[in-house]
Amino acid sequence: MPDAPGLELIAHEVNGRHDGAIVGTTFEHGQAALLADPEQIRAVIAYLKDAPGHEYRFLASVHGADYLPAEPRFAVHYELLNMPRVERLRVKALVPDAGAGSLPEVDSIVDIFATAEFQEREIWDFFGIVFRGHPDLRRILMPEDYVGFPQRRDFPIGGDPVIFTNTEDTVPGWTK
Amino acid sequence: MEIERTKLRGLSPLDQPTSPEELRVRQTKARDMLRGDLEGADLDEYVESRVMTTTLERAQNWARGNSLFPATFGLACCAIEMMSMVSARYDTARFGAEVFRASPRQADMLILSGRVSIKMVPVIRRIYDQMLEPKWVLSMGACSSSGGMFANYAVVQGADKFVPVDIHIPGCPPRPEALIYGILKLQRKIFGNPDLGWRERYRAYGTEEDERPGQAGPLSVARVGATPADGIVESRGPAPTEAELNAPIDHPELTGHEAGDAYEEAADDERVTTSRPPAAWGKDA
Repeated sequence: MPDAPGLELIAHEVNGRHDGAIVGTTFEHGQAALLADPEQIRAVIAYLKDAPGHEYRFLASVHGADYLPAEPRFAVHYELLNMPRVERLRVKALVPDAGAGSLPEVDSIVDIFATAEFQEREIWDFFGIVFRGHPDLRRILMPEDYVGFPQRRDFPIGGDPVIFTNTEDTVPGWTK
Repeated sequence: MEIERTKLRGLSPLDQPTSPEELRVRQTKARDMLRGDLEGADLDEYVESRVMTTTLERAQNWARGNSLFPATFGLACCAIEMMSMVSARYDTARFGAEVFRASPRQADMLILSGRVSIKMVPVIRRIYDQMLEPKWVLSMGACSSSGGMFANYAVVQGADKFVPVDIHIPGCPPRPEALIYGILKLQRKIFGNPDLGWRERYRAYGTEEDERPGQAGPLSVARVGATPADGIVESRGPAPTEAELNAPIDHPELTGHEAGDAYEEAADDERVTTSRPPAAWGKDA
């Protein structure tokens, strides 16, 4: 894991190659993260994978997040790992909400890291983030005819209301 | 003409002969019977001591209930308990339900052992449809009965939304003993003598999930001791009268263990060929 000054150096270096690709950094709990512009996420990942001195050749995980009250609302997290140095680097692509009726979009990195294929499908499945250029973007865990993206924070939790004797007067619609 | 039936103790072939002489007498009688030499009262006695009468239906149900074949089908963590149910420690072989069949075609009991995700529903339904009649379904544990702790978008809130469930077994997970108890309850159901449901047992009339006047939506508030005066819509037959509600419940399950034991003895003793419960029922012996 790069330390805080090292993280800043990485951010400056990437910004020097791809202008405006890194919009910020966070260093919390000893974990370094680059905040990236979603439009340039492919360039950032490809650079960190191949540039001498970085060579994060292993994509440990890709996952989505929904920070609902915050703006930009969504994020796609890429957990990069350099195996020889045992060094991890997190890249967060901050994806703004596309508004009602349309879905947020990010470029797919499947051709850079093949392992991202299933994980991007999972993010599509649960958060409804479209990965442009993904070879086979369809639901992976939920039923194919499922409506909605259940891990979004504004998605209802679901289940049936459970009534207990101490709550039967307060659960709406369940009292006499 | 009234036919009186009495137990033929001492004459039954199930009883041990009291002496070598009696054994010899039995052997001689059996030989005469096979030769066709036995006649008259001797023949009657011989037949009565060896022949049991019952209805075909009862015999069929007895056989079915005592040889349940569960399908090899585990859903989640409850399946671990289900597997240990057939182990030597718990041993459902005592109740004839130990042979897990690998094909639903050979099974007649489906144990839903765990939470049912939405994607699993068509699979379970297909397995259920592939099983041959008669078939029974046990919902094991809180998750398959009601969704349990998984009150979320991925899990079906109760397996009875897509298959008819015969027995719900509570627990998270139920211990193997609880599952065996559920199987015993199912056996009683198959024998044509089901235990009381909880509504009858606790007189929770009017708690069916129906719409009540002036209120839309389901109702499942357990209101123990509700009376017809509460204005509850009964869709399953007429509402019970005040007298019916206050009448003592005449069922062996509710009249103490001894009466229940007497009932079970009577049910097990096939030599008593009566369709009526014994008079000792309902009274504490």
